Amino acid sequence: MKKFKKFGILLLVIMFAVTMVVGCGGQKAADDSDKQTAEKFKVGFIYIGTPGDAGWTFAHDQGRKYLEEQIPEVETVALESVPEGADSERSIEQLAQEGCNVIIANSFGYGDAMLEVAKKYPDIVFLHCSGLSTADNVSTFFGRIYQARYLSGMVAGAMTKNNNIGYAAAYPIPEVIRGINAFTLGVQAVNPDATVKVVWSNTWVDPTLEKQAAQSLINAGCDVLAQHADTPAVQQAAEEAGIYSVGYNSDMRSFAPNANLTGPVWNWGPYYVRAIKGAMDGTWKSESYWGGLEDGIVDLAPISDKVPADIVAKVEAKKNEMIAKTWDVFTGPIYDQDGTLKVQEGQQMTDDEKLSLDWFVKGVEGSPKS
Amino acid sequence: MIKAKMIKRQHESLLVDIGVPIFSILLAFIVSGLFLYFSGYDPGETFSRMLKGAFGSSYAVSETIVKAIPLMLAGLAVSLAFRMKLWNIGAEGQLYMGAFAASWVALSFGDLSSWVLLPLMFLAGFIGGAVWGFIPGALRGYWQVNETITTLMLNYIAISWVSYLVFGPWKDPASKGFPLTPRFTLSGYLPSFGDSRVHMGLLVAVVIAVLFYLVLRYSRWGYEIKVIGESQNAARYAGMNVARNMVLVMLISGGIAGITGMIEVSGITHRLQQDISPGYGFTAVIVAWLARLHPFSIIVVAFLFGALLVGGFGIQTFGIPYSIVLMLEGSILFFLLAGEFLRRYKIILVRKEEQ
Repeated sequence: MKKFKKFGILLLVIMFAVTMVVGCGGQKAADDSDKQTAEKFKVGFIYIGTPGDAGWTFAHDQGRKYLEEQIPEVETVALESVPEGADSERSIEQLAQEGCNVIIANSFGYGDAMLEVAKKYPDIVFLHCSGLSTADNVSTFFGRIYQARYLSGMVAGAMTKNNNIGYAAAYPIPEVIRGINAFTLGVQAVNPDATVKVVWSNTWVDPTLEKQAAQSLINAGCDVLAQHADTPAVQQAAEEAGIYSVGYNSDMRSFAPNANLTGPVWNWGPYYVRAIKGAMDGTWKSESYWGGLEDGIVDLAPISDKVPADIVAKVEAKKNEMIAKTWDVFTGPIYDQDGTLKVQEGQQMTDDEKLSLDWFVKGVEGSPKS
Repeated sequence: MIKAKMIKRQHESLLVDIGVPIFSILLAFIVSGLFLYFSGYDPGETFSRMLKGAFGSSYAVSETIVKAIPLMLAGLAVSLAFRMKLWNIGAEGQLYMGAFAASWVALSFGDLSSWVLLPLMFLAGFIGGAVWGFIPGALRGYWQVNETITTLMLNYIAISWVSYLVFGPWKDPASKGFPLTPRFTLSGYLPSFGDSRVHMGLLVAVVIAVLFYLVLRYSRWGYEIKVIGESQNAARYAGMNVARNMVLVMLISGGIAGITGMIEVSGITHRLQQDISPGYGFTAVIVAWLARLHPFSIIVVAFLFGALLVGGFGIQTFGIPYSIVLMLEGSILFFLLAGEFLRRYKIILVRKEEQ
């Protein structure tokens, strides 16, 4: 008992000391800064990773900076590396309490938490990237990155010498499977003999695992690598092995100047600007946005000089068809891995079918289950 | 020549017990304050924001408690094993297995009433974690397999198993392929206090702490745990069944970690998903040690630890990058743990010849 009393006293003292040290000073400054922010239109970001990932969160952070440049009345704050479990609701709530007028979250796992907080703050606009469910004040938004993946697949298909292309992918969910299928359709459009080997890294952000996945593809003889992961680790592995690679998320040339050929990239800025302008002048409406190349939300990174001009021209032509909406990636005939005809000639997959894809097209080697 | 030497303190002294932690905390804040200052941030403002984020409003306090509940439970779980000098660093995996088992009950028998469903989920959570504690416990008790390794490795199996379920057989068909199970029915939700997110898990943690205290202090079994922890040979000589006790302790330790998992899915996420725990099972090890394995201290330390994590995380909106937040938290912990060492040892200067 005596011992426990001592612990009790000790802990009280610790608490007291923390309060004292932390409490002194700063109180007034905090109030001042709260007043300052009240005048500006405040936009809060919830990030799954850090802007330093050079990939997914980096692309969103570029969009945040673009937003600040385009609309000077906007002030932004961001919470990085927010875990998707119990912590996400508190983090979103914190942004709401700190007076954000719009809150943007960049991972699908924040859905439940966002809807909960949105119920409590009907005047705040919530934008959920890659989300599932909308509400009166919650929009979901995403881009048709598969269009850019198809174009990058054309480049990869033209550049492979042994018809053996590798794809390091994060998780077997429809978003990723859709990307692999689009990429493979692009590969086969220019090179019907080439196949795409898929390995799952089972992580979104882990440079070590991503690089291991890349290495296993290199060991399997692939001479062009593509990726669906957040960091440039796959690019670096390709650079070291002296083969070609296709990036993702942002322009990754600087990480692999010799290997990187191009890559599908995100360009969130224009969407943010549109949505926030709408929220500022009261014209914003809840929607489920899925824009494509025509909106500029997705694009193809600059194509390397190593790619022959006739291929670049072909890619440009396809890109223009998609922008003009005269053609889209998932147009039949499309066969699955067993050779079964899944989409009839001339027909197109519906958006719902694209959003729930759980099978691979012909030409993919690997399993759509991890 | 003069040399520093560390010797174990012979007597416990109140001055050291109180002085050292205060000194470590002061030092932690001075060093991290200097660090903030030189990185261009106002230390006073930063610390005051941390404090506000953790205690500044009833909402902040409630969220600090939400963060602390799993740390309390997982801290209690590992402390039991640590008392016997069994290094259970598998609370994370036991937590996931508990969450898995409880979710199975919630998803399979969702139409039962709360009064039946929740106790069943508790039981399932306990069993799920207990099995994951039993395996390394039995391996250690009967075959002397190092439990540090086995508990660590079983973490990965449990986490991957849950990933497999949410990506595969348990995936909600309505989730458009995202790795989430369907939501539990309302009767699978652990009740919470008012409209805060503080749930009944808090009471569970306190009850378990009281039980631990009573059992460890007054029961014969509590005495056996202590003796086995001090010396297995002495315990054997006294006729205690060491192996059986090891298995039992690991089983209960795992079971309570399993309840932690049940409480997170039932009280917070309301469905099974990946990342239900951002490493609670590992943080619990630090919590248990800082609390010197005392059940009531664990409750308090977990609360303060929750405050550090919640308050620290929130200062990002002051423009401080997450990596600096982690460094701040890390340096505070570093000084606390280093202080703990100084509490037990003193450093004296001796002349080399004297040795």
